Amino acid sequence: MSANYTRTAIALHWVLAGLIITLLAMGWLMSDMPPGPTKFQVVNWHKWGGITVLGLFFVRSLWRLTHPVPAPIPMPVWQQKLAEIMHALLYAMLLVQPLTGWLYSSAVGRQVVYLNLIPLPNLVARNPPLGAVFKDIHENGGTLLAVIIGLHALAALKHHFVDRDDTLRRMLRWRAH
Amino acid sequence: MRVPAALATAAFAVAALAADSNIDLLHSSLVATFRQQAVSVDAVFRRFEGEIDYDPALPAATRATLSVDMTSLDISDEDTNAEVRKSVWFDTTRFPRATFRSTSVKPSAAGHFDAAGELTIKGQARPITVAVSVQRAGAALAYDGRFELSRRDFNIGDPTWNQVLDDKVLVHFHLQAASH
Repeated sequence: MSANYTRTAIALHWVLAGLIITLLAMGWLMSDMPPGPTKFQVVNWHKWGGITVLGLFFVRSLWRLTHPVPAPIPMPVWQQKLAEIMHALLYAMLLVQPLTGWLYSSAVGRQVVYLNLIPLPNLVARNPPLGAVFKDIHENGGTLLAVIIGLHALAALKHHFVDRDDTLRRMLRWRAH
Repeated sequence: MRVPAALATAAFAVAALAADSNIDLLHSSLVATFRQQAVSVDAVFRRFEGEIDYDPALPAATRATLSVDMTSLDISDEDTNAEVRKSVWFDTTRFPRATFRSTSVKPSAAGHFDAAGELTIKGQARPITVAVSVQRAGAALAYDGRFELSRRDFNIGDPTWNQVLDDKVLVHFHLQAASH
């Protein structure tokens, strides 16, 4: 087992991080926007970004299953367990958020047309009350994901500045392999 | 309790309105499909009534009227539903109804006719012609048709939307009506 992440794993981590933080910010902003063409545009970008995350989730999961991650840096067992739970939750949310968004869009009769080019199938038939349920789950999921990402980032900073270990550095180490 | 009384009055008013209507709402649909960039969205009208008087032996004598409750427009989410009721869109407070009244009907093939008539939305009357096909549906008759309209012709919509929302809207219907 290598002590390092592969470059692909590092790239996927940071591309997804940037994309997800942008999507969370968009989601938060657009919920307060008045109906209009600007909101329509932002909502569409949000949908396309979410579908991109969904695609990258599969790429990343496949990569992770075929390329073992480095052994954890020595730390108390409870911290390791907690980290595992948080990472599992992060992966789960990469799947849950795009899917509930897609379900929401389908249920309110708005087919997702990825990049205005590729029409994606509706996951459920039009059903406004069900749409309201998916909207709720999707919005609360966004809040939960923001909290998990915050904790994830705080944990990384704690390892870096307090424990002074390699946890954050090895996710930034592009060279030495 | 005043509420049940009000409900009863409303129910009576609806029943009175529907008395002239031979359209079976349960088995009919009226939908306007609009296009936002690459996405087609269905706006569904939940309530309408009208009278279709069609005799297969005398199709040229067909007469049809339709009155649509614009406050029954449903685009599946509350924000959009509230938005399209505003004055710049359908102005449903001032114009709660859209109507169609046939002026002349020309039979084409068997079971098909072209209905010319006047369509009034938001107080704007425009002549239209709709190709309609007729089919038996049990004891009733089913009328299917579609036509395209321009939002601009009826002053529907905030112009700032025009960059992402098509001017053309496709209206399609399936109306089931008791035969006279």
